[in-house]
Amino acid sequence: MRIIGLLIVIAFGSLLRYGVFFFPEWGDPASPPSLHVSPHYIEEAITETAVPNLVTAVLADYRGYDTMFETTVIFAAGLACFMLLRVLQRQVPECRLYRHIPTGITLRIEKGGKLPTESGSFERIDSNWVPHDLIIKSTSRFITPFLQIFALYVIAHGHHSPGGGFQGGVILGAAVIMYAISYDLRRSIQRIGEQATAVLGSSGVLIYAGTGALCMVLGAAFLDYGALAGLLGVDPVMARSHGILIVEIGVGIAVSAVMVWIYYNLSSAGRHDEGL
Amino acid sequence: MIWELDFIILTLVIFSGIAAITVQDLLSAAILFGAYSFMMCLLWAIMGAVDVAFTEATVGAGVSTVFFVAAVFHTTRNSKD
Amino acid sequence: MGVELFTDIASKYNYLGVVILVMIGLYAMIAKNNLVKKIIGMNIFQTAIILFYVSTAAKRGATIPIIQHGHNGHGHEVIHAAEYINPLPHVLMLTAIVVSVATLGVALALAVKIYHQYGTLEEDEIRGRLRNR
Repeated sequence: MRIIGLLIVIAFGSLLRYGVFFFPEWGDPASPPSLHVSPHYIEEAITETAVPNLVTAVLADYRGYDTMFETTVIFAAGLACFMLLRVLQRQVPECRLYRHIPTGITLRIEKGGKLPTESGSFERIDSNWVPHDLIIKSTSRFITPFLQIFALYVIAHGHHSPGGGFQGGVILGAAVIMYAISYDLRRSIQRIGEQATAVLGSSGVLIYAGTGALCMVLGAAFLDYGALAGLLGVDPVMARSHGILIVEIGVGIAVSAVMVWIYYNLSSAGRHDEGL
Repeated sequence: MIWELDFIILTLVIFSGIAAITVQDLLSAAILFGAYSFMMCLLWAIMGAVDVAFTEATVGAGVSTVFFVAAVFHTTRNSKD
Repeated sequence: MGVELFTDIASKYNYLGVVILVMIGLYAMIAKNNLVKKIIGMNIFQTAIILFYVSTAAKRGATIPIIQHGHNGHGHEVIHAAEYINPLPHVLMLTAIVVSVATLGVALALAVKIYHQYGTLEEDEIRGRLRNR
């Protein structure tokens, strides 16, 4: 297999190297990708949509249909991970580990034994628990609010600086994942359960498609935000800017929920019992 | 666009890419893949694609590496080649 | 002929880097036995293609695609297309990065499921156990 792999790689590599010879000069302003539609986007975007960040304007307004299906794809990936891995546990669990906090003794309770109640003196630990976790817990407790505020800032300022719905959504999901890693997976599931992530993920896609359908109900084409001018009470250019913001919020909600959902399923292999 | 910086980071990218598929320990391969993602993010930031670099920094060097480590944690850590 | 080849390599070294990365990813997907190494090769392939598109968008002497002085009002100066980097490949590549992380999640879920079923991640061992069922 290696010899065949090497031969294929060398053959295609030399073909591609031969093809690179015919490319235009790197950095040429008159190369074909920069010619037909792109100057229109660069020159007219700010007069038509009032959004200085060209990438956000093209992503959510001129090519909004692609972005809607991108959000659908990421929701479908979260759904696929859930369908593949999730195991609902109905039977009696195997041995569990508990720790008596005042004395530090670890108990190991086998199958069928009586489990202690989770009061102030007993806590349940994972099988890979290490005792020196004070620094990690304190640091993550300190960083998490700043991380979430930064995520909301990135979503809201997608018009004027690099960022947008997708980047902010991933940072928000990463804040929840950091809480789940530094403390416990079960504690994170108690706060943001699996049902909440599924509902939030689908509602993000619904916000995006719903905005497009609302534009169609008001008389314009699908995802033509100028039709929202009467509803919001502004002129059509600002209506397009506000439409981009609503759609980016939908993308951010969907992406953060799906990242957390995939992490819950992947780090516990579907059992939602113990985590990383 | 400083071409010396571009060239050095491109070389680092190729070396970390070769290393990520050559090491035998799968956890080291996941961490090297995180380093490869971060070098790619720097390369795109040099070429002026700031949105793409922001997305790759959060997705590739953040969430993607966590997914890999979670998957290696539930399977095995050593590999035969 | 030799000088022409050398100036060609020196002016387009970015594209040659892309070709090398694509070949590394393709080799990992074909020739490696371990499933997680194949998944890493798939991701190397995807990011190399994204690098190719982003380097076709660069323009010499241009700035990042955010309109300067566009914060107040609707931008009253005339904008020349040669001053800003082409934003269209950046938009397409944002979607590509999203799709790559979605594919990565599903591929790793499949790898964990295969490990639970067969007890190994090596491709030849899995094929052997499939044959001797």
